[in-house]
Amino acid sequence: MSETLAVTRIPLEDYADLLGAGEIEELRALAKPLRGRSIQMVNSTAVGGGVAEILMRLVPLAEELDLNIKWEVMSGGEDFFDVTKSFHNALHGAPYRANQRDFEIFLAYNERNRATLPLDAEFVVIHDPQPAALIDARKPGANHWVWRCHIDLSHPHRGVWDFLETFVSRYDGAMFSSPEFARQLPIPQYLFYPAIDPLSEKNCDLDAVFIAQILARYHIDPQRPILTQISRFDRLKDPVGVIRAYRIVKRYFDCQLVLAGGSASDDPEGAMVLKEVLREADNDSDIRVIELPAWAPLEVNALQRASTIVIQKSLREGFGLTVSEALWKKKPVVASAVGGIPIQIIHKHTGLLAHSVEGTAYQIRFLLSHPEIATRLGENGHQHVKESFLITQKLKRYLTLFLTLARASA
Amino acid sequence: MDTAETQFEFVTVSYLTRIGNQSAGTLGELLRGLETCSDASIFHHTYQTLGSHHFLTEGFSNDFAQWVLADTNRNDLAEQLAALDIRDYASIAALRSDLCRVVSDFCTTFPHFAGQSALERFYFCESTEVTVPLGRRARTLDEFRDGIANLSHASFYFHFISSRLRLQLRTNDFSHWLADGLQLRTLADSVNHIDIYTNTLDSSRAKLLRLIDRERRKV
Repeated sequence: MSETLAVTRIPLEDYADLLGAGEIEELRALAKPLRGRSIQMVNSTAVGGGVAEILMRLVPLAEELDLNIKWEVMSGGEDFFDVTKSFHNALHGAPYRANQRDFEIFLAYNERNRATLPLDAEFVVIHDPQPAALIDARKPGANHWVWRCHIDLSHPHRGVWDFLETFVSRYDGAMFSSPEFARQLPIPQYLFYPAIDPLSEKNCDLDAVFIAQILARYHIDPQRPILTQISRFDRLKDPVGVIRAYRIVKRYFDCQLVLAGGSASDDPEGAMVLKEVLREADNDSDIRVIELPAWAPLEVNALQRASTIVIQKSLREGFGLTVSEALWKKKPVVASAVGGIPIQIIHKHTGLLAHSVEGTAYQIRFLLSHPEIATRLGENGHQHVKESFLITQKLKRYLTLFLTLARASA
Repeated sequence: MDTAETQFEFVTVSYLTRIGNQSAGTLGELLRGLETCSDASIFHHTYQTLGSHHFLTEGFSNDFAQWVLADTNRNDLAEQLAALDIRDYASIAALRSDLCRVVSDFCTTFPHFAGQSALERFYFCESTEVTVPLGRRARTLDEFRDGIANLSHASFYFHFISSRLRLQLRTNDFSHWLADGLQLRTLADSVNHIDIYTNTLDSSRAKLLRLIDRERRKV
């Protein structure tokens, strides 16, 4: 059964200390012409995953601006989510054998949801491929439908994309996290960055005593440099490459490496990658491989804050919000130039980009040798996140989009 | 305290970034893109990016220069592109012309670099601007000062940086009103000389407020 989600109130004024009263006044000014007008956000899950995490914070903030916003979650059976998972992987470029039955299941669930979801708001925002076919419910009139794509469409499976495109091209616009992910479409395409919430448990300020406790829990020495990559155990995050880069750095600096990510226990591929990581670590007492619970925001926050340098050596990446999380904490970051990372890391200004194991090691050594440059990059990175990748900026982008759509049709 | 006949109305701006259909993987392709992209795209990669990256006061000027530096490793060309100062232009056409001239001269002098592949592609985007009034106005220098002190970054950027194009003059909204509304031409000139490339929006605002305070002490 599809459902309308109720969310906990988040006072907008709580952000004024971090951002300044002028920024809050600006949000109110942008929202004023939209006051009382209806908005619907539609996705396929209420918990888990980045989209739900963002909507959980975005929707209450929009309510604070007196917008009539609702968050609807579409329903689907196991068969539907199996199909959309394989579509998701295929859109990321993974091999996929086209199967007519998959397309029929996808369409049947979208049709069923059209019957139960009240898709009558003035602005309807559909998130990701799962509910894309709800566009068939659009009634003739002045309402606006936009599609927010959170995944990398730079090398999609042709058959799956061709199928989806027939729906996407009927929206009034599509939003992507990076220009690289956009497609040739007959509708306007906009750049919409994912965002972090500075007040959430993953990003809020932490007490030094708590950080010290977390380090002690995982036997990490606070007196020596700590290099950290926070990522699930996935080959695309290249944890083995991170260890190889660490070994090069270790020849010159007495440092430690922390690889921390969600538990691999219920993910067969993750468990395999974890084994490879442990093999590569070869019982090095300065490498800490930490399996975190699925939801451990305070531990992640503490590990990031305790780090000397944060690494994100992905081989492919959607946007890579862990980079924004580290930058918000004023950490110098060395990361691969893939996906949305170069949007966050402006090379030599807000961090350092690398293209190989050796390059990653070199940039880490450079920063360990020049702590004053590391500090400057961290400060700039914090400002960059403040300007572009906070939840309040995301809200502002949505307000701007709705105003643009409303004015275009006026 | 003098009162202006025309009041200053504070507004704010927000930009939606539209992804264009053009991209460049070499300096030659960058030149073709510069020649054919929309005015909104030139605006986005120069004026708008200066606002959104205002906190970078060392060596960041515009997206074109940054891409040439980071992705094609041509420091000399990057330096020339970064040296183009948007305050010298009253139109996008004139700025585009100089961007093209600089890249074209480089490609002619070093043709072997023109076709070399960059590490990452450059994607041409464009800005769609939405402005809304903040509901605050000023008629006196005191009211003007109070208004500026409480502005968001975007609003300050709109009045101080992007206004140059709107006015089609080599000045900004603040200086324009100080000179025309309050007849404070010397103050207007001083405000217009604040360097937006070596200051952040916050430090520019702090300098502007200091200049206003100095003027108020004269009264």
